[in-house]
Amino acid sequence: MPSNKSVSDAPITQFINCRILREHKLQREDLWVRGGRILDPEKLFFDEQGYADECVDCEGSIITPGFIDVQINGGYGVDFSQASDDVSGGVSIVAKKILEHGVTSFCPTLVTSPPAVYHKVLPQVKVHSGGRHGAGVLGVHLEGPFISVEKKGAHPERFLRSFQGGGVVDLMETYGGLDDVAMVTLAPELAGSESVVRALCQRGVTVSLGHSVANLSQAEDAVSSGASFITHLFNAMLPFHHRDPGIVGLLTSDRVPAGRTVFYGMIADGIHTNPAALRIAHRAHPSGLVLVTDAIAAMGLPPGSHTLGQQVIEIQGLHAYVAGTKTLSGSIATMDMCVRHFKQASGCSVEEALEAASLHPAQLLGLSHKKGTLDYGSDADLTLLDDDLNVRATYISGEEVWRKDP
Amino acid sequence: MRLVILDDYDLSSEWAAKYIRNKIIQFQPSADRCFTLGLPTGSTPYGCYQKLIEYYRNGDISFKYVKTFNMDEYVGLPRAHPESYHSYMWNNFFKHIDIDPANAHILDGNVDDLEAECQAFEQQITKAGGIELFVGGIGPDGHIAFNEPGSSLVSRTRVKTLAKDTIVANARFFGNDLSKVPTMALTVGVGTVMAAKEVMILITGAHKAFALYKAIEEGVNHMWTVSAFQQHPRTIFVCDEDATLELRVKTVKYFKGLMHVHNKLVDPVLSIKDQ
Repeated sequence: MPSNKSVSDAPITQFINCRILREHKLQREDLWVRGGRILDPEKLFFDEQGYADECVDCEGSIITPGFIDVQINGGYGVDFSQASDDVSGGVSIVAKKILEHGVTSFCPTLVTSPPAVYHKVLPQVKVHSGGRHGAGVLGVHLEGPFISVEKKGAHPERFLRSFQGGGVVDLMETYGGLDDVAMVTLAPELAGSESVVRALCQRGVTVSLGHSVANLSQAEDAVSSGASFITHLFNAMLPFHHRDPGIVGLLTSDRVPAGRTVFYGMIADGIHTNPAALRIAHRAHPSGLVLVTDAIAAMGLPPGSHTLGQQVIEIQGLHAYVAGTKTLSGSIATMDMCVRHFKQASGCSVEEALEAASLHPAQLLGLSHKKGTLDYGSDADLTLLDDDLNVRATYISGEEVWRKDP
Repeated sequence: MRLVILDDYDLSSEWAAKYIRNKIIQFQPSADRCFTLGLPTGSTPYGCYQKLIEYYRNGDISFKYVKTFNMDEYVGLPRAHPESYHSYMWNNFFKHIDIDPANAHILDGNVDDLEAECQAFEQQITKAGGIELFVGGIGPDGHIAFNEPGSSLVSRTRVKTLAKDTIVANARFFGNDLSKVPTMALTVGVGTVMAAKEVMILITGAHKAFALYKAIEEGVNHMWTVSAFQQHPRTIFVCDEDATLELRVKTVKYFKGLMHVHNKLVDPVLSIKDQ
């Protein structure tokens, strides 16, 4: 049918035979898209007397807002922390491949590195929209180097730093600049962190607490100063103690300022967090849970041995070991695997599982007005799933960017 | 009149939907000659709309060349409000079928000049060649559309202030808060509906029984405006058992005895697939 559009000439697409995630429920509704955004069909009908140019039959699929991964260190052999000459090429390879996992936006993550690496890598990774070329980059996640030596995990100790020069000065010296930085993970117990947290928040950078031995009070102070995320809860922080819950205690802290939410990342690959711990966190604070992959360069590579940087990694199923040992060298689960595992382990609803990978990370980054939802006006970044939450197709700005072979 | 009595709400909704379906298909609407349908809102016609949507989904009927004219709309209620009649029609009918948006006419209760809006609506009906079939409901006070007791039986589309009964009846849609219910509405007149070639009134439920009795077993009276259709050459009342509870046994037996005649109007049920 020819359409009569007095407002815009852009073609209108109607997704039919689908269930969409809207207002926290899966609803049997059609989804309308125009100009890369979700369209209000009732307004189209009554105000413009317009209708769809094209119908996409979703064959009963679930449509969720595209997944957003705020912590991913690389994949497919690419390591974002490597100061190669073609960093943006590496980011593009990963950006393209993660479309298959339903991820439409992500934050390339850099682990603790020397200033030279930051100075070389950061200018090459710009915030940009996704499309056929790959998932959109929302900004870089800088995990370190201002972290605790006792909780460095796999980060190289010699490059850890503290706020010697007065906080913000150290930031700029180390990173070279904060343009295109979406998030910084730091340890709040480091002296001088308060002014850094405030300065970062003022610049619109999300501050996350992690790789830290902070007690609950120090963590709460950081939240009062603006910190809003916890990097991979339980890992690289003091364990929960009933007289000092540490950073974990933020999930139920009564000192979180009104109207603000503390979000927390969970690696739900079934390996890095015991399912019982996952359930405790989820039940204590369901609306703050953000699924992250924390994937390393080995993610996406086939089983067997691979040389990555200075290390040889062995991949067996979902485990990636330092070759010849049983030491885990990082996570290689994909985002859709994490969503499925989270749902199965926590017993949560489909809607909750999907929101943990879409709405919550968007809220964390302050982007929920245009990402992470299927509300009218939001960017049409969509992931089509079957009932078992396997990815069937991925769309960015209303355009199909990946489809599973039948 | 024809009084078509079915056992329950679902059967009466289905009968009414089949009738509408047959009328549209028999008319053979085309680009130059649309079938004009007057439509109601509310809980009574909901089942009928569901069946019509089902027939569309099965490919048995198309609304491509159907023009619709709704009976009424609240004044001052934002169009996007979930209780506006625009929202009702969109959610319960239009979004599920293939109607051309330009063919769906609903009064706009948010314009500055309400009188002009009413007159324009009457003109649109005239321009479309008049209404072939006007489907309506009945209020507990016997009103058709928002033609409250006391409305002129020859009235046309105009602004009406709602009666207390109507406001109370509608409160359930506004969280049972009487202060939130709109007090005025734009409505087609009794005369507007009388001008249609054929009128079909849907009445279901025991709470409508007294109104049905007043409408068909007592005289034509402006206090029960649906009674005006006693003077229309082609009126069908479609109801369920419960709606007949206040009628005389003799009336009910007579019309039930005619069901084999009535059912010829819906059996066989036509389909565009056969054309």
